[in-house]
Amino acid sequence: MENHKLYLYPIWLRIWHGINALCIILLIITGLSMQYGNIDYPLISFKTSVMIHNFCGIVASIGFVIFLVGNFISDNGIHYRFKIRGLYKRLFTQLMYYVFGYFKGEPKPFPITKENKFNPLQRISYAVAMYVLVPLVVITGLGLLYPELIFERFLGMSGVQITAVMHSIGGFFVSFFLMIHLYVASIGKNPLKNYKSILTGYHES
Amino acid sequence: MMKYCKPLLLVLYCFLSVIFNNLYAQNEPVPLSEDNLKCASCHGSKYYSFTNPLTEETNRKRMNPFFIIDTARYVSGVHRSFSCSDCHSYDYNSYPHPSELKLEPKFSCIDCHGGDETFAKYQFDKIEEDVNNSAHRNAFGTQFKCEMCHDLHTYRPVARDEHSKIKHIVVQDNQMCLNCHNDLSKYQVLTDHNKPELLTTHSWLPNQELHFLNVRCIECHTPTDDTIMVSHRILPKDQAVHLCSDCHSTNSILRDKLYKYAAQQSRSDNGYYNSVILNEAYVIGANRNKYLNIISLLFFGAALLGISIHIIFRIIKKK
Repeated sequence: MENHKLYLYPIWLRIWHGINALCIILLIITGLSMQYGNIDYPLISFKTSVMIHNFCGIVASIGFVIFLVGNFISDNGIHYRFKIRGLYKRLFTQLMYYVFGYFKGEPKPFPITKENKFNPLQRISYAVAMYVLVPLVVITGLGLLYPELIFERFLGMSGVQITAVMHSIGGFFVSFFLMIHLYVASIGKNPLKNYKSILTGYHES
Repeated sequence: MMKYCKPLLLVLYCFLSVIFNNLYAQNEPVPLSEDNLKCASCHGSKYYSFTNPLTEETNRKRMNPFFIIDTARYVSGVHRSFSCSDCHSYDYNSYPHPSELKLEPKFSCIDCHGGDETFAKYQFDKIEEDVNNSAHRNAFGTQFKCEMCHDLHTYRPVARDEHSKIKHIVVQDNQMCLNCHNDLSKYQVLTDHNKPELLTTHSWLPNQELHFLNVRCIECHTPTDDTIMVSHRILPKDQAVHLCSDCHSTNSILRDKLYKYAAQQSRSDNGYYNSVILNEAYVIGANRNKYLNIISLLFFGAALLGISIHIIFRIIKKK
């Protein structure tokens, strides 16, 4: 079989992805440590967790702005757009491939091309992650970093409480996304192939 | 001049009474008695006037700021029904005040409150024991007195008032500490040492301003004590709480300190740990929601199960 090499991930995207990945992992670990902190069994000391969490949060937030600008000025943004029409069918087709087709050795229903580097499931999950979840945790995170900016009370509840709960829920879904993302990236003939791609920029098929 | 003072004071009193009546509607202020009005005519403002019998001139002078009584707050304080002469010598009625009055020993709180069943719920004897073991008493002996923290003329038990907001309790209680620890002239009443800068000594504390506005100094600077509402045993700084997770955890000490009053009232928990704190604040680590925990565990469990099954099939298929 002929070996195709596609340059899918430009250098700015790979640097952003690497820094973002590191920050997200540290944010999840320190976030869990703070939220489930126990005097007797602290995973990481609360003070250290706060320090790391704040630092990584700020770096990831700056990174998010760079990602948005990058998507705006380059053509990378098109990979996060999807048509509603026929979406359900495309998602179902891709899901069936992961569940059955992949094991039967069927060809990929949505082969990777320069114009179409994500399959429909990736497209929608990446778009939700980057345009819904990350803005949610960035905005609520900034609110918790500067609580004086938050409404003192909203709908009879403490503004800080609402912000903190939204931040926790957003953080949970980002963690959930990361877990699935890391596993799905390992699906292929070689489990490390996609990991290598995001380092080198080239996708091999 | 003196003849205008009383009516002016009355007008001032009425005006401030209206304001304070709204603020502290649950704590009905009482008008100043005739005797108290006489004292307040001088000690109730920044300036006082008197007629000098030698020169027959009316003199207007500045009142020593430490001797000014906030009469508007006095009439809402716990001792509002007291006459000045109940605690101070009746001889103060004459002016100039006799100089030997300076040497007269003052009443201490325990003189009235100690060993009295009427005040049993306030546990004054336990408070006295705590104070005797506190860092202040150890450093300054009996020079350190109750009134250095509790202004007897204006004190209100805000924390025991069910209508009080936690923020009001925090402001009042922290002000007791800041009165000296943020004011060199008062701080040096007891010592010649330079006052430590609070912002510097607390520089290790993340989100310093947020902590100062939402918790009391005594949350960290007293031990947790189940036998009394507020421990008065101020700890030396090296024994104060430095471990964030003492508050930021499910078993937060805040529940047994700042929120002790509220925690004693029955409240629904709405699925939150330490839900009583949620009425006015959110403490990371102490306010997890049980239902969100269960839902998140179910999500992760389902995802892990799906991934595990997929991995097993991948391994089987590879063989």
